[in-house]
Amino acid sequence: MTTKPKASKAQLAEQFRSFIDPEYVITDDETLKPYECDGLAMYREMPMLVVLPETVEQVQRVMRICHENDVPVVARGAGTGLCAGAMPHKEGVVLSLAKFNRILNIDPLGRTARLQPGVRNLAISEETAQFGLYYGPDPSSQIACTIGGNVAENSGGVHCLKYGLTVHNLLSVEMVTAEGELITVGSDGLDSCGMDLLALVTGSEGLLGVVTEVKVKLLPKPEVAQVIMAGFDSVEKGGDAVGGIISHGIIPGGLEMMDGHAIVAADDFAQAGYPREAKALLLCEVDGTEEEVHEHIAEAEELFRKLGATSIRTSQSEEERALLWKGRKSAFPAVGRISPDYYCMDGTIPRRHLARVLLEMEKMSEEYGLRVANVFHAGDGNLHPLILFDANVPGEFETTEAFGSRILELCVEVGGCITGEHGVGVEKIRQMAVQFNDEELQQFHDVKAAFDPTGILNPGKGVPTLKFCQEYRSIEHKQHKHEQTDAAHG
Amino acid sequence: MADMTQQLQEQVLQARSNGQKLNIVGGGTKAFMGRAADSDAGALSVAEHTGIVEYHPVELVLTVRAGTPIKDIEAALAEEGQCLHFEPPRFGSASTIGGTLACNLSGPARPWSGSVRDQVLGVRLLNGKGEHLRFGGQVMKNVAGYDVSRLQAGAMGTLGVITEVSLKVMPKPAATMTLIQDMAMDEVIDYMNRRAGEPKPITGACWLDGKVYLRLSGARSAVEATAEKWSGDVMENGDDFWQQVRDLQHDFFAGNDVPLWRFSVDSTAATLNMEGNWFIDWAGSQRWYRGEATLSDLEPLAKAAGGQVSLFRGGDRSGEVMHSQPEALKAIQRRVKNSFDPDGIFNPGRLYSWL
Repeated sequence: MTTKPKASKAQLAEQFRSFIDPEYVITDDETLKPYECDGLAMYREMPMLVVLPETVEQVQRVMRICHENDVPVVARGAGTGLCAGAMPHKEGVVLSLAKFNRILNIDPLGRTARLQPGVRNLAISEETAQFGLYYGPDPSSQIACTIGGNVAENSGGVHCLKYGLTVHNLLSVEMVTAEGELITVGSDGLDSCGMDLLALVTGSEGLLGVVTEVKVKLLPKPEVAQVIMAGFDSVEKGGDAVGGIISHGIIPGGLEMMDGHAIVAADDFAQAGYPREAKALLLCEVDGTEEEVHEHIAEAEELFRKLGATSIRTSQSEEERALLWKGRKSAFPAVGRISPDYYCMDGTIPRRHLARVLLEMEKMSEEYGLRVANVFHAGDGNLHPLILFDANVPGEFETTEAFGSRILELCVEVGGCITGEHGVGVEKIRQMAVQFNDEELQQFHDVKAAFDPTGILNPGKGVPTLKFCQEYRSIEHKQHKHEQTDAAHG
Repeated sequence: MADMTQQLQEQVLQARSNGQKLNIVGGGTKAFMGRAADSDAGALSVAEHTGIVEYHPVELVLTVRAGTPIKDIEAALAEEGQCLHFEPPRFGSASTIGGTLACNLSGPARPWSGSVRDQVLGVRLLNGKGEHLRFGGQVMKNVAGYDVSRLQAGAMGTLGVITEVSLKVMPKPAATMTLIQDMAMDEVIDYMNRRAGEPKPITGACWLDGKVYLRLSGARSAVEATAEKWSGDVMENGDDFWQQVRDLQHDFFAGNDVPLWRFSVDSTAATLNMEGNWFIDWAGSQRWYRGEATLSDLEPLAKAAGGQVSLFRGGDRSGEVMHSQPEALKAIQRRVKNSFDPDGIFNPGRLYSWL
């Protein structure tokens, strides 16, 4: 998107105020301020203006006006995203879906819910619990993040291995195109004729359309869930235990791993009774019918013992299960206590390379002089290294970013990817050049153009320009003499 | 077990420079699907492009060349106690994974175990410019770039030649049991949906000829305890029955004289009022109908039931066979097609006359 907007801020505001409650067309700096960033606060930009439409028709009109005037549009849910995907464009409009917060329908028999995009993730499970149902994907921001944002990012959570990502739990998405047309992809059936546009739109980071309604699948709440906490004296043994349980044929509902730094920080914070001397901690949750859980828990305990667990504890009550999870769930704030700031990375790797990746990360940690704690969705290979830094020390965030960048490149090098669930946004746009070659990136641009020919939707995010990539690759090669790109595509 | 990428790429480039169209063919077992193939187009065979590229049972990830037969994949997985739990239909021993993905075909476990599209982690494909591209990857979670891999599901080869597929695989269930009981068609929708809403190890629910069949699979103790609790008789040879359903080998599907229609609808939609034979699968979400009809007759029924209809086999394949699309979606699909295949080389008219 290089074209200059054809309308001024005042002209746009006037047009929007003709059909949107003037209070919800925000133009003053003070009220615009909270919109300048999403959950990744290191990246900030003030928007030209913010609109909060209340009807789908208003969204369509906003899009038509922006399309006619070449004005960039950044759709926004709760702003909890972690890749600056909702960071505003300085010459653009932030289109907040905050007013679209109603659950339109719950069908207990068909196990579906029809939602406006601003419905919070956790609210879906809370509202459907009365029918013994819940919504599967549970990103750690689930108390605040919205289903529209979940669709944009294809959000995951701790239960992905068994219950899938957002893309696996959708039936249909209604969205407004860049040109202001209302379309529905998917249907009430489990699949639709032709190419799978629903999958294409899911995880497209607001680059292909503005989501105005979502129909999700709901799952029956398992009868029982029990969690085993197992400590290991090395990361290798912890990693082997993950492989062991899966090879044994058990698919845990959740399978999380923490390294030594994260164990101590989380235990200090949550007093969950974690084995503080352990170098790796596994939380393995088995859910299902009573009989199934009973059978699998016994097998898993025996397996962990055989694979060298130094401590094993299995929850005997819901309270104990909640306590064991509390440490893991509060790992981020816990790390926040031992460091002024932290930066969360989001690479995915084939699990068999876990020990190697953690070891190399330790080396980098020494090289950059920054500590790193690791929490890991072990079941699906999604790493969340937390780099500890102090934003008040000049240059330390830049060093942190360079360190983070090396971690993501390492993930690609071992056959993984730069982002498992947080998205590319602005944050990882440089590393796209490591995971994809120019032809692949061009294909992405062409797909984008099929939906948004003039490129007004979330410009500058998700997919880098080819020129930018060539520059990045050449700098990288000079700096690190790495040849990840060739390795990844050779 | 050969890597034929280079030959395939050369054929695409040559077709492009000659202005020739190509029909992509794998095992040739799904030639009956979609609209009739363009008789002026040449054949591009992926059948020789076979072999497992990588398989790590511990990772639950398999990467195979697109021409690899499903039966070979299943044999390799079985050695490790694993399976393709979306149960791809096999219309013959030559059915390939590439064709399965292109046609988005999944078996009776689909509502619980997901579809082929759900299990795809990554693909490599040749686009219409002859570029060999890689999308997605070999890990469960990957949100970098658009999900071009899953976009291929149902595209019937109109976007490119799939050359490699990475899939999530799962452990084989320890035990399986099928319960059968008599039930009228107008009661079964409610019954199957209720059962599907219970937190029990259900992996199949279908109705045919006045009988409802429920399949349980998972840990032995869970399967047995659920069978105790639920009504219905334990069916002998239950596995054989589900194999027939999966591969469309059941008597219901026999013969080519009467067209076979597929409805993909809201699982709770009332039974569709049409004279003819019905087979309800996927706990109500997939309904097979055998009868003479036209697409325009059936579309309103499918629409009222929240879904779509397609002419799966037989009937007139010179007209449209897939549920019609609104103009805005047509325009987007044409542009998406154009972005992958600007010269319209691949499978012209196979999915829709306008694509």
